[in-house]
Amino acid sequence: MKKYWITLTYIVFIVLIIIPLLKIGSGAFSEGFSGWKDALIRPEAIHALMVTGLVVVVVTCINTLFGVMMAIYLVRSHWLSNKIKGFLNSIVDLPYAVSPVIGGLMIVLLLGPESIMGGFFENIGFRVVYAFPGMVIATLFVTFPLMVREVMPVLQEIGAQQEEAASTLGAYGWTTFWKVTWPSIQWAVLYGVVLTVARSLGEFGAVLVVSGNIMNKTQTATTLVYQDVENFNVIAANSVALVLAAISIGLLLMMEWTKRRKGVS
Amino acid sequence: MHIEVRNLNKHFGDFHAVKDVSFEIEKGHLIGLLGPSGGGKTSILRMLAGLEGLDSGEIRFHGKLVNALPPQERGIGFVFQNYALFKHMTVFDNIAFGLKVKKIPHAKVKSRVMELVELTGLKGFEKRYPHQLSGGQRQRVAFARALAPEPQLLLLDEPFAAIDAKIRQELRTWLRDLIERVGITSIFVTHDQDEAIEVADEIMIINQGRVEQKGTPWDIYKEPKTPFVATFIGESTLIDHISELKGFEEVKNDSGTRALIRPEYIEVGHEHEFILASATEAGIIRHLHFRGSEWLVEVEVAGHKLITYRSLEKETLSIGQEVRVLVHRAYLFNEERSWIMENRLKDVPIPIMI
Repeated sequence: MKKYWITLTYIVFIVLIIIPLLKIGSGAFSEGFSGWKDALIRPEAIHALMVTGLVVVVVTCINTLFGVMMAIYLVRSHWLSNKIKGFLNSIVDLPYAVSPVIGGLMIVLLLGPESIMGGFFENIGFRVVYAFPGMVIATLFVTFPLMVREVMPVLQEIGAQQEEAASTLGAYGWTTFWKVTWPSIQWAVLYGVVLTVARSLGEFGAVLVVSGNIMNKTQTATTLVYQDVENFNVIAANSVALVLAAISIGLLLMMEWTKRRKGVS
Repeated sequence: MHIEVRNLNKHFGDFHAVKDVSFEIEKGHLIGLLGPSGGGKTSILRMLAGLEGLDSGEIRFHGKLVNALPPQERGIGFVFQNYALFKHMTVFDNIAFGLKVKKIPHAKVKSRVMELVELTGLKGFEKRYPHQLSGGQRQRVAFARALAPEPQLLLLDEPFAAIDAKIRQELRTWLRDLIERVGITSIFVTHDQDEAIEVADEIMIINQGRVEQKGTPWDIYKEPKTPFVATFIGESTLIDHISELKGFEEVKNDSGTRALIRPEYIEVGHEHEFILASATEAGIIRHLHFRGSEWLVEVEVAGHKLITYRSLEKETLSIGQEVRVLVHRAYLFNEERSWIMENRLKDVPIPIMI
């Protein structure tokens, strides 16, 4: 009996992960290396990859900064009552529960050209929805819990005493953070960064709704793959997908490495 | 540093952790805050350090109000219960931390750290990390780190709680000597009375957020001011009707007066061992426990079970034996007051004896 279960598990694994990955690879190179290259040097492909790259960089920076701060405030602050902390703590997980498409829709409803806030920004010449800022906000919404959830348990585990010790030795907040807190949380933060990069790289639903998927403007790598499939341009879709898959595998290896370091220190 | 605390109060939610605490500590003294766990000792210590805000009251260092000063500016050293060493720094960097923060020149930092390493007997361990040290060594690093910036006041939170019983003894003496040599005003928190009695110049007994008594270990032992202190310090037996014991007949039962009798207030032995045989009364040995250096004797007198010690040098008693018992004094208390009463028969010379 056990033998069959093992076989079945392997079959599921191969069908779900290995075969699609191989299919993407073979699809991308079905017309040889030049087919793959031609698909990638299309102006809209280069633009989409750049937009994705830019979104990843901006989102990762913002999410790292505010995620770490949020984690510190949730764990360390004395000025927040426990009730408020508990409430905020559960709110952080909201993006896990809400479908990204709904998240995107909320942003459109709140900041779209027809909304009050969106109209205000439009008037001062700052477009949010169907533009880059909206895509960043949508991706931030989706990735926000990742950093907080990585850093919080580490902060809880190390406790406040080392920081208190530093303060009795004359160190103020900034010095204490860099000299005492940071060395303890750095690997958790790096792990959070890798997760954020991976998640924002592959984000599709929220971005699709918010960006409007305008070619050479707001199209990202994932939405380009979607459009190529719609247009029966299979080779192009596979080529871009392969690039994304390759980056993801790279991130996965990095994740394993940081996870080990996180355990060590 | 001269320390003055006035009407200190602290609440944690609905819990009144520190109630109207006032005390004064003279420069250079070593004070032990002693009391049961959860009594507010650590809260007082943390408020002195500035790690915890206070609800009302005043804390003065050298006559200067420090209520609003953050811990960084109070000039204190704090040793945490679990040491809270910076785990990613070497022993050297741990000790140097407080000096580097103050932007002291590199050469001076090095000489000061080496001086402390020498003082705390950590020579040769400078390059080790905290996880490579034993509990006692970590403790020493924590002391050295706290002392490095030359604080005016050293605060220690249960400094020996996390250390093996054997090394604890050794560290106590070491700490006492060290603090004496440095000459720094120090306050330490403990729930271990032996530790407090052995190490401190003065003890403050803290219970349920209040200072029950402050004084030298000897004074507190000799003259406990409250029933709590009497029971907390030393050993004792609680007696409801002390008037049933010989020499204490005058004590009225109706006022709800109860008595505490310490083992060393009681003498037990054969009739010929007593000079004032008339003050003794009959008792029966119920139990004998060998305590290594003496016998612990449980003796029943007039229906009360009393506990006392007996020297190994004296004739060995046996269970069930009839002996004479002399109760020298008792610590009496009722709702209004508490006092110490000597055995009436012991002090008054009785004519028949002469």
